[in-house]
Order: sequence, then structure tokens, then C-alpha cells
Amino acid sequence: MANALTLYLLVALPFIAALLIALAGPAARGVHAGIAGAASGAGLLLLATLAGPVIGAGAVPSASVSWVPSLGLALTLMVDPLGWMFAGLILGIGLLVVIFAHFYLHEGEATARFFASLMLFQGAMLGIVLAGNVLLLLVFWELTSLSSFLLIGFWQHKAEGREGARMALAVTGGGGLALIGGMVLLGTVAGSFDLATILERGAQVQGSPLYPVILALILVGCFTKSAQFPFHFWLPHAMAAPTPVSAYLHSATMVKAGVFLLARLWPVLAGTEAYALIVSTTGLVTMIFAALVALFRHDLKSILAYSTISQLGLLVMLLGFSREMAVVAAVLHILNHAAFKAALFMAAGIVDHETGTRDIRRLGGLAKAMPVTALVATLAAASMAGLPPLGGFISKEMMLYETPEIALFGPAWVVPALATIGAAFSVAYSLRFAWQLFFGRPRDPEPFARAHDPAAGMWAPSALLTLLAVLLGLVPMALAAPLVGAVTHAVTGAPTPEFELGLWHGVNIALILSTIAVAAGALLVWRHARLLASWERVRHLDAKRIFESAIAFADKWVRKFYVATHEPSLQRMLLATFAAVVVLVLDGALAGGGAITGARPGIPAPLPAVIAWGLLIAAVAAVINDARQRLRVLIYVSVIGLVTSLAFVRFSAPDLALTQISVEVVTILLLLLALNLLPKAPPVLSSAARRWRDGALAVVGGLLVGGISWAMLTREPGASISAFHLANAKPGGGGTNVVNVILVDFRAFDTLGEIIVLGIAGLAIFALLDTAARGASGARLARWQEDMPHSPEQHPMMFVMASRIALPLALTVGIYLFLRGHNQPGGGFIAALVIAIAFLLQYLAAGYDWSDRRRRFGEHQMIATGVLVAMATGIGAMLLGSNFLTSAFGYFHLPVIGEFELASAMLFDTGVFLTVFGAVTLALAQLSHIAQRAARAYAAARAAEEAR
Amino acid sequence: MMSYEFLVASAIGVLVAGGIYLTLRARTFQVVLGLTLFSYAVNLFLFASGRLVLDRPPIWEKGVTQYTDPLPQALVLTAIVITFGMTAFVVILALRSYLETGSDHVDGEKVPCSGDELSAGKGE
Repeated sequence: MANALTLYLLVALPFIAALLIALAGPAARGVHAGIAGAASGAGLLLLATLAGPVIGAGAVPSASVSWVPSLGLALTLMVDPLGWMFAGLILGIGLLVVIFAHFYLHEGEATARFFASLMLFQGAMLGIVLAGNVLLLLVFWELTSLSSFLLIGFWQHKAEGREGARMALAVTGGGGLALIGGMVLLGTVAGSFDLATILERGAQVQGSPLYPVILALILVGCFTKSAQFPFHFWLPHAMAAPTPVSAYLHSATMVKAGVFLLARLWPVLAGTEAYALIVSTTGLVTMIFAALVALFRHDLKSILAYSTISQLGLLVMLLGFSREMAVVAAVLHILNHAAFKAALFMAAGIVDHETGTRDIRRLGGLAKAMPVTALVATLAAASMAGLPPLGGFISKEMMLYETPEIALFGPAWVVPALATIGAAFSVAYSLRFAWQLFFGRPRDPEPFARAHDPAAGMWAPSALLTLLAVLLGLVPMALAAPLVGAVTHAVTGAPTPEFELGLWHGVNIALILSTIAVAAGALLVWRHARLLASWERVRHLDAKRIFESAIAFADKWVRKFYVATHEPSLQRMLLATFAAVVVLVLDGALAGGGAITGARPGIPAPLPAVIAWGLLIAAVAAVINDARQRLRVLIYVSVIGLVTSLAFVRFSAPDLALTQISVEVVTILLLLLALNLLPKAPPVLSSAARRWRDGALAVVGGLLVGGISWAMLTREPGASISAFHLANAKPGGGGTNVVNVILVDFRAFDTLGEIIVLGIAGLAIFALLDTAARGASGARLARWQEDMPHSPEQHPMMFVMASRIALPLALTVGIYLFLRGHNQPGGGFIAALVIAIAFLLQYLAAGYDWSDRRRRFGEHQMIATGVLVAMATGIGAMLLGSNFLTSAFGYFHLPVIGEFELASAMLFDTGVFLTVFGAVTLALAQLSHIAQRAARAYAAARAAEEAR
Repeated sequence: MMSYEFLVASAIGVLVAGGIYLTLRARTFQVVLGLTLFSYAVNLFLFASGRLVLDRPPIWEKGVTQYTDPLPQALVLTAIVITFGMTAFVVILALRSYLETGSDHVDGEKVPCSGDELSAGKGE
């Protein structure tokens, strides 16, 4: 379906662009900006093709692909008018910001990182506004927090950038956690995570006893993102970001995400008393408080930051009113705010770029030096102030017109009065911004002397946005009315009320309040100097300091807790762990009651079995007794391994027996090599009392585990899925060796994980040993002394010859085991171990140098190839339409050999084989390499000594 | 009394006891040995959760209806190989830490490492 492709492409484009930019790496910044701009432009075009159906015809194109069906998570995208409008803002302003940033950033800055993060952020925002599944929305929501972190902290060398980014992440990320809780509850109560379904079930959600919890959690998420009081403090600190980022994040995108979500969930959440009270009050308080603070800030971006908080408060308040007409006003104001705020941020960036300062106390009279910027910014500020004939005037009038209808705090005049106060402050900070920046006399000659209008490419985006703000005031009906109507319908789900957007509606309450606000605002600016003096006499709370001391407090206590609970001693930690487990298990065993022995009849054991058992017990005792006689201990350990293998043979597990015996050989080889370098017979360290204590604990632990095993073995097993595996191995997996079919088919994903772990272990061992020849470790290795009697013949002829003859035989056996593995005991694991042993024998018999010279394979490549082959098999199955790692097989006929079978599982098993073989040989060959070096250094030292 | 079940259960118990005792020792090699014993015990225990069955390997054959449980076997097979990976890694880690610090104490304390060094009075 063309629609589905359009939708997915729309969201995917920015991510593709981010990848391309990252790949372009050190190319010129023009390339990076070009890719970003092209992606945004293409996105806009795609979106434009949807304008007709979505805005005109009222269709809601959507597409869905199941992702994790068991969780209700689906890759559902949908474009309704609300999403369309926001996507338009994100892409349109994104394109302008890209152009602006191209001129704003200096050559030599990390533009690849900048534009890649910007595109990542753009994609995440598009995902939020187009998501049709609330869980998917959460994924993108988190992604905006992360990518905005990268953007805010773009100038990594600046402490304030890093701190601002961390604060933004802590606050919005924390809110995101609350939102996750809220959304999951919402989906559970509504019975679906599909957004369209949830939106239809408003009554069901509001009737649920969980509604207050859902509301609170979701509101925390929205308020933190949209910087509502008291979570507002991160936004001014996020101004440490490069100005293009601020223009993008704080006009149309990041902070609007909270407003968007409030609008999105309006049909589900709004309409209750609690909603109206909480949301309107928060918005109102934020609007007034932030506007007041903005009036007394000196940094241009800080003024704009607080004005943004205030404007967001206005939007939140309007949505909180829970009236259709208020939603109309909010939608219109979202458009207005996006236009004028992005323009103003860019203007602030231009001033900063061209004068070298953003401190309004050092600026002034810039209209003479930079007339174009002054014109653009003054018009944008006038729209922010809500002056006619600009767009901001219309939306502010509509807001004021609504207020008398809201009886939230007792008398009807309270809300209008407070809203008028907020509006007056907005007028004041807007006028002050324009007036003190561009008019009057320059207060500091130095920045003024430098000031000039920038290149057209830098002011054009801002001018375009301002033009939009002007047109929204002059021809609102033509430009915005259809969109606003459609979006309002999408938000409320109810028919949009009749509305008329215009500058003049006759003398009404709104016009009167608006006039009062403008007059009061002008008065505030006129008296600004005196007000500022009294403002600065009062001590204000520093949100940043509170935040930082809270972080420091948490840090201190976490550290204390950590130090108190984590002894820096492995022995004591292990003792505590074992003791705790023993106590818990004992407690559980005693509480359970009942008999240890179950009713399942046992199988009588013949004498040979008892003898083998006795050998195992004796070997364990010998290991403990002789733990410091290291060479002898290895012999005892191999006895244990042998008895274990025998047990596997006896109890119908031929595959396990084969694996155990070959792993046993490899392990003993490894320990032998390692022992050669470790001290041989070190003195006893623990005191007798300590050994008795550990011994007692060991006996109790052993008794408990033995008892549990006994209890388990004497009872019938519960129902398991094994019957399924047995029944389907042959018809579904194409193999008669059920264990192997489980490994390479039913549970192949586990196996894939396991070979990756083994590969990592092999590589880690290589890394540990490869560097062992340097530094203190290398010096100690060079001083290594032989401390065991050696045979005078280093490579005995018999052994060398026997091992060489064994090699081809072992290879044949290995290949045989591998090929028959699907049907008879064998398979990739066992074959790899057998062949590895054959090669290790060569190292052992003929020495490292001789064998290594003749080696024609790279273990590193084998590990990587193995994992890749295994994965490719799985992905191949996906390409053919099955699940990851589903195996396919067929029977073929060859003239001489006859009927035989080929299964894709065989390919997977090849991957297993390669990885296991690579990891095992890598570990042992590297170890023998180190041992050989030490031996050679020792021999050389001995020879030198004798020569003297 | 001497049933296979008893032999396996008691062997697991003994291996666990040995594992606990050895992992609590102070030298890295003893801890490695302890982990090895633990691994045997754990693998045997997992395997035993499919119960002990004689002469019914999980190799599908026409006409045979009774098999032992294949699932624990598959799990234990990979567990054995992973055990090797873990043992190898821990051994090499112990070796490297000994080479780096001259001590094979689990907490890196300075301890005499062989009789020679003890008699010579000074190790590293």
C-alpha cells in the first residue's frame, strides 16, 4: 500500500539521514547540512502529499506491522490532522534550522555529530507525533530525551553544556519513567495499546479506579517535558546548547511534545474535575511565574527560555480548560508560537554571532547596525506580545475570551484577572526584548562596533518564520482556519465549534482585557529599571543549586551504602553469599515440612556404578586435601570428569557424554599450561579455625543441595514441553537426534547467544594474554623459573609421530561426528572440540613454534565467521518469511551415495563449529605461546649462566 | 539404599560441598578448582531434573515411544561448553593478575607464593 510506505518513509527518513551523515564523517559541513536539509525537505514533500486526504477529506491513513505482539507493541503509524500539523512544524522548522545552523556553526566544528544528532532528534519527534501505538510512542519519547541530551551537550568542552544536558536528561528522563508507568496502566485499563482504540475508550478509563494514578503519572511526563512549574528549571540551563538547537527544541519540538501528548490524550483524560484543576492551575502558575522571571533576565536566550516556559504554560492552561473553543485557541497558538519563537531564537543567535555577546545590558540600538535582523525580530516579538495585527494577537484574544467561562477558583473574575496579569508580563518581556536590544542608545560601544547584518542565508529562515507570524495575523482564515478546525476535531473527537479567526470582533471582553494587558505591559517596560533594582534586592531560589545538591546528596548516600555493603574481599563476600543462601534454603526446607523422599521408585545400582561413585567421592576429597599440590590435583579433577561422563553414558545421554569427555581433555590441557606459570605448591594461608568454619558451611551446603537433588529425583517430573520436542524433531526439524535438533532449531537462539559468549571469552583471553608480555607482567614472565623436573627430551619422537598420525584420523572422526550430528550423537559442538584437541596435541607434542608456523587458519576470523554464519542462517529464514532461525530441510538423491538430507540447520551448526573451534584453539594456543616465551627466556638465562 | 538416585544426589551434594570449601580459599587456583567442582554439580543437577532413565537415548526411532527428556540434555550440553569458556577465562584472569601483581591471592594481598620465596625472605 502506497500509504503505508509513505508513513514509514516519513519516519525513517531522518534516521537514514543521521546514518548517512555519520558515515560521511569528515566530509565538509556543507555535505552534512545538505543531507539533513534534503531529508527534511523530502519529508515535507511526503507530508504535503498527505495534506489533501488528511486535512481536506478527514481520512486518517495508518499502517501497522506487529513488533512484539505478546506485549501489544506494534509499529503502528497514523497521520491525523494533529499529527500532520506537528509533523509539518517539525519538518518545516527543522529545514529552516538546518539552513540556519549551516551558517551558524563554524567550519571545523563537529558538524557531522551535530547534524546526525539533529536528524536523530527529528526522527524521534516525528515518531512521537505519528505513533499509533502508545508503547511505540514511549520508545520515541525516550529517544527524544536521549538525542536532546546529545544536542544540548554538543559543546562538550563547556561545563555548562554538559551540566545543562545532564539536567535536561535527568528531568525529562525521570518524567519519561513516570510516563511509561502511566501509559502501561492506561493501556491495561483501556484493554489495548493501540492509540485509536484507547481514544475511543475515554469513559472506560475515566470510570476506572486507576484513573487518578494514570492521570498523575502521564501529567508528570508531560509537565517535565514541557517544562511546567515546578519542573521548569531544566529549560533555561538547556540554553547552553548551540542556538540552532534551542531554536528547534524550544519552539516547535521537544518542549511541545508534552503539549502534544496532552492534546493527543485529550479525549481519554480531559473532562474530569481533577484534570481541569491540575492542568489549568499548573499552566496558569507557570505562565505568570515564568513571564515574571523573563522580565528580569539579561541573557537573550535566557529571556527567550523563560518566555517559552510561560507560553507553554498558556498552552497547558488552555488544554486544561477542557472546552472546545479553548482547544481552538491552543491549536492556533501552537502555530503562532512555533513561528515567532523559532524566529526569535534565530535572531538571538544572529546577535550573538555578530556582536559576540548575548547580554542585553551590553547591547542596544542595534537597529542602526543590523536593520534587517531588527525588523524581523521586532515583528516576531510583537507577535509574542500579542500585538495586532499579528498572529499572536488573535490567539491571545481567543484565550482571554475563554477565561470568564472558567469558574475554577470561586468567583468568575479570578481566572480572567490572572490571565490578564500573565498577558501583561508577556507584553512586558517581549517589548523589553525588542526595545532594549534594537532601540535606544548602544550601552556598550564594543559589541555595537562589531555588529552588522549577517549573510542572507542566516536571516532568511528567521524572516520566513516572521512572515508566517504576520500572515497568521493578516489572513488567518485563509491560512490557518481549515487546519485549526481539522486539528481541533482530531484533538477533541467532537465536532469543531463554529469559530471565526480575525483581528476585529467588535468591542468585547477579550479586547478590553487585551488592551489592559498591553497598557500594563508598556508601563512595566517604562518602569523596568526601577523594578529590576527591587527584583535584584530579593534573594531568589537557585533551582540549579537545589538540583545539584539533591544529586550530591543521593550520590553520597549511595556511596555510603555501597561501601557499607561491599567488602573489598572476595572471600568475605562469598562467605556472606553462601551463608545467606544456606540460611534461606534451610528456612524454606524447614517451613515446607513433609518427607524428603518422594514416591518415585528408584533404579537399583549395580556394583560397578557404586565403585565409580566411590571414585568420584574419593577424587573430590583428594582435590580438597591436596589443593595446593597442583599437578596432582589435575589428575583428581579428570577422574571426576570421567565419572561424570560415565554417568551421562549410563543415563541415556550420549551427546552429553561425548561433550563432557572432550571438554574434559581441553580443560585439563588448559589448566596444565596455566599451572606451569603459576606458583606450584604455595604455603597454606588460612588459619585452622577459618578452615573449620568454611568446612562446616560446605558440609551444610552440600547436604542441602544433595537433599534437594534426592527430593527431586524421587518424585515424578511435572508436565514439560519436552513431549513437543520429541514429537516434532523429525517432522519439523528434519533430524532424529532430538538434542541436536533442539540446539540448532527449537532453541537455536539460545545456542546463538552461547556461541557468542564463548567467542567473547576466547577473544578476552587473547586480549589478556597478548598484553601479558609487557610491563610488570612481562618482567615477571621473563624471570620465570622452571621448578619441575623436565624430561631431557623436549619433544619425544614417539609422541610427535603419534600425534601427527592422529591428526588426519581425528579430523575424519570430527567430520563424521559433525555430519551425523543431526541424526545421531554428535554435532557442531562435539566435532569442534574433537578437532581442536587434535590440533592442540600438535602444539603439545611438537611445540608452539613448529605448530604455529604450519597453522593456516586465523582463530579470530573463525570466531567472527562462525557467529556471522549462524546469524545469516537465521536471517535467511526471516527473508523466506519464517521466524528467525527457523530451519528448512529437504531430501536429495545422489547417484552413488543415495538418499541424503540437507538442512539449513547444518549451516547453523557450521557456525557453531567454527566459533567453538576458534575460541578453544585461540585460548589454548595463546596460552602455550606465553608459556613457550617464558621457557625460552629461562633457557637463555641458564645458558648465559653456564657460559660464565 | 544404593539406588542410582542416591548415588547421583549424594555425588551432587559432595561436589557442592567441595565447591563451597574451595571457592572460599584465598588462592586463585583453589577458587578455580572450586568453580570447576561447582560446574560439575550444577550440570549434573540440571541433567538430573530430567530424571534418571536407562537406555532410552533421545534419538528418534520408528516404533519407539519412550525416550528420556531431551530438553535438560540440550541445556546441559551448551552449559558444559560455556563452563569451559568460563573456567578458561577465570584461569587466564588469575594468571594475568598473578603476573601483574606477583600475588595469587584473590584480593591481591601480598602473600608468599612458594616455599623458595619464603625461605629467601622476599618475594615481589
